[in-house]
Amino acid sequence: MLSARIVLIFARLAVWEASRRRLLLAVAVLTLIVIAATAWGFSKLAGPTLDRGQPLSETELRLITSQLLIVIAFLFAAVLALMAAVVGAPSISGELESGLALALLARPVRRAEMVLGKWLGLGALLVVYAVLSGALELIVVDLTTSYLPPHPVQLIAYVTGVGLILLTLTLFLSTRLAGMTAGIVPLICYFMAWIGGIVGGAGQALANDTLTAIGTATNLLLPTDGLWRGAVYAMEPAAVVAGLQQAGPAAAASPFSAAHPPAPAFLVWTAVWFLAMLALTLWSMHTREV
Amino acid sequence: MELTKRYGATLALAGLTMTVPRGQVFGFLGPNGAGKTTAVKLLLGLLPPTAGEGWVLGRSIRDVEARRRVGYLPEHFRYQPWLSGREVLGLHCRLAGLARATWPEEVDRALRLVGLQEWADRRVHAYSKGMQQRLGLAVALLGSPELVILDEPTSALDPVGRYQVRQVIHHLRERGTAVFLNSHLLTEVEMVCDRVAMVDRGRVIATGTLDELLGGHAVRLRVGGLDLRQRASLDRFGRVDDDGEWITLRGLAPDRVPELVTEVVAMGGRVYAVEPRQQSLEDRFLQLLGGEG
Repeated sequence: MLSARIVLIFARLAVWEASRRRLLLAVAVLTLIVIAATAWGFSKLAGPTLDRGQPLSETELRLITSQLLIVIAFLFAAVLALMAAVVGAPSISGELESGLALALLARPVRRAEMVLGKWLGLGALLVVYAVLSGALELIVVDLTTSYLPPHPVQLIAYVTGVGLILLTLTLFLSTRLAGMTAGIVPLICYFMAWIGGIVGGAGQALANDTLTAIGTATNLLLPTDGLWRGAVYAMEPAAVVAGLQQAGPAAAASPFSAAHPPAPAFLVWTAVWFLAMLALTLWSMHTREV
Repeated sequence: MELTKRYGATLALAGLTMTVPRGQVFGFLGPNGAGKTTAVKLLLGLLPPTAGEGWVLGRSIRDVEARRRVGYLPEHFRYQPWLSGREVLGLHCRLAGLARATWPEEVDRALRLVGLQEWADRRVHAYSKGMQQRLGLAVALLGSPELVILDEPTSALDPVGRYQVRQVIHHLRERGTAVFLNSHLLTEVEMVCDRVAMVDRGRVIATGTLDELLGGHAVRLRVGGLDLRQRASLDRFGRVDDDGEWITLRGLAPDRVPELVTEVVAMGGRVYAVEPRQQSLEDRFLQLLGGEG
């Protein structure tokens, strides 16, 4: 039913717009500056330290680097979520409000093709950005400290997943809400889901069923924190994982640690969530008046 | 047929029934808020009808393919400000599914028709409102559509631009393209349309050719020396409207005016003035609106 040709026209248009509006250039320049700054920071860490006058031991360096990397990755995931919301929010609502969509939708084009095209175009930008900048950061860390997280591919995949979830939710809201609202709501949801994850972790540590249930529920509604924990797990050296597993439920309390990788059932749920949210977006766009 | 659109309790279009013949310029007239744009959006599948059915070029308005041979200039026209005019046209060639080999020629032809060649490679954000409307017209003309829907196509144009739009509409008619012109500018409609429908508060209050709607030609006479019976007997020349001083005869062809004057004189009447006139669309429109109210 849907035409892949038309979907790709809209996908290309979304990428074209990001490029013409200098979004790609601005993000690329800023990202390079940030990566250069972290490279400088890590190189200082690997060199002789001030108080002792000699370099950190390899174990110390590994531990500190892995923990710092987790904090950087957390900020990176948050920036990716922010970008997804800011870029996604006006992409449908703005065109509907300004009337730009009128001329496009009066062509032999299905609304689903327009929405899927935008999702594909913006999603592709997000994936390419996350993979390139994530890989570059890991290479820089490896070069300066000789440390590479145990599962770099999974790390980038999970963080990218966070961005894609925010993008999908934002596009859904963008079919019905004004741009600024469609951008703010997913961001609030993202941070609430993160806090929900912390509450759930505290519930596990304290064996409190209600708190644990809150964590599970927020993770089902918006699986960003579950993916974030997957990214954390991918960054933890084996010794850290072993320590966390020994610590038992108490380890679950920190939002920057994960004793286990995400359960397969959770990953399946995440895939279902994507499909359901996309279907909801298409339905919402199909039934709205232009 | 019986197209109806409701927004909650507001009835935007109440059982609209009309036909736009192929190859004709059809004017859709009405005051602001009459339901003109709603009707256009229903035809283009941009709004789902609450009830009723419509066909565009033989296909249901619910069918995406109905829009393949249709060009559309929206009332609130806006095009990607970050593209050049030429790129916007290229994008619409793609979306319309035109053969790739024809794109450059189609784009150049459309640009030429609306007089935008010199601005073709500038970004749309640098265009004036009028230039954006011209670009919208060019978009609507791409691919030689069989039906062109123009929603208030001259709202942002100066008199020269308006003249050019009329020329474009004449050109489309010569080519056999049907034009659906939504407008509240009655003189404009009068100049280009073959048929018109007048709409008010979501209902068509009159439809027909301009001649049918305006009752054809009319002549006003100021005559003395005739009694009431004699004045009424002039009805063999047309419908008589006698206000005591002036007699208006509607539906009288201009070449029969000398015959009318001869008859009046033969009956002993004295003719002070003879004014051939055609009722303007504006008169008729106000008359109809008044009648409805």
